Amino acid sequence: MAEVKLLGAWGSPFSRRVEMALKLKGVEYEYIEEDLGNKSPLLLKYNPIHKKVPVLLHNGKPIAESLVILEYIDETWKTNPILPDDPYDKAMARFWAKFLDDTCMPAIWQIMWSKENQREKAIEEAIQHLKTLENELKDKRFFGGETIGLVDIAANFIGFWLGAVQEASGMELVNKERFPVLCRWIDEYVNCSVVKQNLPPRDKLIAFLQSRFSASSWKY
Amino acid sequence: MANAEHVKLLGFWASPFVRRVEWALKLKGVDYEYIEEDIFNKSSQLLELNPVHKLVPVFVHGERVIAESFVVLEYIDETWKQCPLMPQDPHERAMARFWSKFVEEKILFASWKSMCSLGEEKEKAAKLTVDAVEKIEGELKGKRFFGGESIGYLDIAVGWMSYWLPIWEEVGSMKILDPLQFPALTSWMRNFLEHPVIKENLPPRDKMIIYFQKRSQEFSSRPRG
Repeated sequence: MAEVKLLGAWGSPFSRRVEMALKLKGVEYEYIEEDLGNKSPLLLKYNPIHKKVPVLLHNGKPIAESLVILEYIDETWKTNPILPDDPYDKAMARFWAKFLDDTCMPAIWQIMWSKENQREKAIEEAIQHLKTLENELKDKRFFGGETIGLVDIAANFIGFWLGAVQEASGMELVNKERFPVLCRWIDEYVNCSVVKQNLPPRDKLIAFLQSRFSASSWKY
Repeated sequence: MANAEHVKLLGFWASPFVRRVEWALKLKGVDYEYIEEDIFNKSSQLLELNPVHKLVPVFVHGERVIAESFVVLEYIDETWKQCPLMPQDPHERAMARFWSKFVEEKILFASWKSMCSLGEEKEKAAKLTVDAVEKIEGELKGKRFFGGESIGYLDIAVGWMSYWLPIWEEVGSMKILDPLQFPALTSWMRNFLEHPVIKENLPPRDKMIIYFQKRSQEFSSRPRG
């Protein structure tokens, strides 16, 4: 029986975050693909609270919530740390990871699901948050400095999924004119080997997103 | 030495988010300067120190500025090692982080919403809150505190439930914390509030009732859409 198992979904950025961290640290794991439209008894058993992926199983003990899992992974496997040692630098990384999940991502999804007369306001808000994020990057190669860290892993949605969402929907939020620094980071990021190996196939993702968008009443 | 640098906390007297930071500092015996903010008329200092969210608490240690109460709690625990709040074991730490996030998302915001809404919306939010409280009741598992024999990170993170939630229940005329349904939590609330550090660090109840009545009325009278 594998010591480490991961319940995930191919298209989920949250699931891919965990894979990125495990691969970065050279941790062997068994991957179990979940059909989110038909959740397995295993998923319901190991994440009864949220019934979502990812769920990490280590020696039979489950952990859910991707950022919680990332911290667990960093504390358990010490190769290639994703969090800095210094408590203040660590606090900054946690702050920005939280900003991505609690502020940036909801603002981006808000654009997709908002009514036509609300859309411009939603776009403005998302731009504001992405500018804040871009400001934090400044002239660093990655949010983590010279190598990718917690914030870069957490920003995988910005790094890859957002581009697919834009292509699938026709909505344009991030481009080189508006976000030169963020786009430079995106290029650097998706070419980074541990990231490149842990992304879903782009056309498959776009097709999946297109079907989701057309299934709803949302029309951009 | 880093620990000897000046510590400052920008806060608001009625905020549960600020109070949890104060509990951590007091438990560890860390001296700090408290600055009361008027959150309805934010100071230039607050806007300068937390430009991203413009919220309290903002924690300042020497030159280091940190916002977001859970982030601040972990920083405090890592910087001042006496009276450790987080468990040592990585899995237990993950559980503390998981449950603090759960309570924040599923109980705090749902109960606030219930307090501030009327009719069906209030009932719906109250029901969701109760469902979530059932889950956290299960986490106590016969322990005195979530942290075991002594107060830990999770106790501080969810400590607001022992004091703010009963007040919100009164203001919003909801029934969430039924002692028969939640005996472990009821016991925990009593233990938590009786702790000498916590007891000395609670905002006055009558002031809280007036304050949250006003907030709740403002919220429910906001135009929809």
